Amino acid sequence: MQYLHNIGSYFLMIIEMFRKMTKWSVMKQLILKDIDDLVIGSIGIVAFISFFVGGVVTIQTALNIDNPLIPKYLVGFATRQSVLLEFAPTFISVIMAGKVGSFITSSIGTMRVTEQIDALEVMGINSINYLVFPKFIALTLYPFVISIAMFLGIMGGLVACIYGGYASLDDYIMGIQIDFIPFHIVYAFIKTFLFAFVLATVPSFHGYYMKGGALEVGKASTTSFVWTSVVIILLNYILTQLLLS
Amino acid sequence: MIDVKDLNKSFGEAHILKGITTTFEKGKTNLIIGQSGSGKTVFLKCLLGLFNYEKGSISYDGKVFAQLSEDKKRDVRADIGMVFQGSALFDSMTIAENVMFPLRMFTKMTKAEMLERADFVLKRVNLENAHYKFPAEASGGMQKRVAIARAIVNKPKYLFCDEPNSGLDPKTAIVIDNLIQEITDEYQITTVINSHDMNSVMEIGEKIVFLKDGLKAWEGSRETIFRTDNKVVTDFVYSSNLFKKVRKMYLEDQDNKN
Repeated sequence: MQYLHNIGSYFLMIIEMFRKMTKWSVMKQLILKDIDDLVIGSIGIVAFISFFVGGVVTIQTALNIDNPLIPKYLVGFATRQSVLLEFAPTFISVIMAGKVGSFITSSIGTMRVTEQIDALEVMGINSINYLVFPKFIALTLYPFVISIAMFLGIMGGLVACIYGGYASLDDYIMGIQIDFIPFHIVYAFIKTFLFAFVLATVPSFHGYYMKGGALEVGKASTTSFVWTSVVIILLNYILTQLLLS
Repeated sequence: MIDVKDLNKSFGEAHILKGITTTFEKGKTNLIIGQSGSGKTVFLKCLLGLFNYEKGSISYDGKVFAQLSEDKKRDVRADIGMVFQGSALFDSMTIAENVMFPLRMFTKMTKAEMLERADFVLKRVNLENAHYKFPAEASGGMQKRVAIARAIVNKPKYLFCDEPNSGLDPKTAIVIDNLIQEITDEYQITTVINSHDMNSVMEIGEKIVFLKDGLKAWEGSRETIFRTDNKVVTDFVYSSNLFKKVRKMYLEDQDNKN
């Protein structure tokens, strides 16, 4: 019963997010701050993880190909497919649920505990719009982060492939070009947009509606990470079934 | 003026406010007092519209709050200044930014005008050189004064304070009390203060509402509270020997004058 109540509250929060908009001059600054905190601040860790995971995917694929009949370019092909279809949009989003999600939950949760949200409400400000909407807008730039992840994942694979001696540069390049289906990029970015919405709203919900004190802020961050990941994984399954099958 | 009629509020089975009826007048410091758990904070949050209630009504200058649309409620709230118990300053903003916040949200002032108004109110609460500090760098007393400055910066019609001098030393507490009283007189605001500090009752209680177990047990002023024979009130207000002596001396003094 509590789950149904929470799901209902989540959707009511989404509706409230678009009502009684905050003054644009204030909102603009909130959006820029959230772009800095949530998007720009995540590029470093995303770049680092993408580059090395791309390399690992290449090495794992190359080491598991022992049949001489399988062409060498398969290493590049497998890396491209893994990075574009799953690693960049989904795996990075789960990582972002930990980084960005817990930041959102703890910052909004702390505002709840210290009555800052009550202060906004008493002033007549739609606190949900003030707090959640800028995060949603900032995370519409999330596909930009995922593009970087895609590029660096494939580049990491290339570097690992060449320096590990698993295939030649030409083979790898051929692999990442062969049988390329442009719709796969569309599919990846549809997923990314929806995951960005989840990343902005699910952690905000857990922070906004939390009750208790400082200890509960920590618990809310953990719960938020778990539920954001669960929603991302479930959405990933549903979207893959709908778009690729 | 804020008019409260037959206000009832429950949390599940617990009936917290039991039919409170009172009026908070314009230009007066109205105090809500009572023991911990008597329903003071719930009453204040109902007045602020942060809690819904089951029965009764709250009117702000004749406008019944519960009957207003959400947008109209927000308009009423824009006329409210609130000083929270923990100050509730925005951590990510400097003191000047905190004070200018209501102006940024609700006025079309230029940055220079906002800064000028923030300077004025910060001066009014005796904080002239703290503009660029963050709340975490300010003492409890300073934070309370910033909260008062933020509450009055947009010239509110109603000022609410939840235990404004809790956690402060006696001297700073009196400074805060006097400041609230001066501001109330100066701007003719309807001020409602939630307190269990007896010094505040004696200093600034122009109207006092005493709550006991969610009921209005007594109402009066700092003058009449000395003469009341309501045992519930006297047991609470004059629980310390010091206040018992103060009351005795006051009554003797008044009798001698008569």
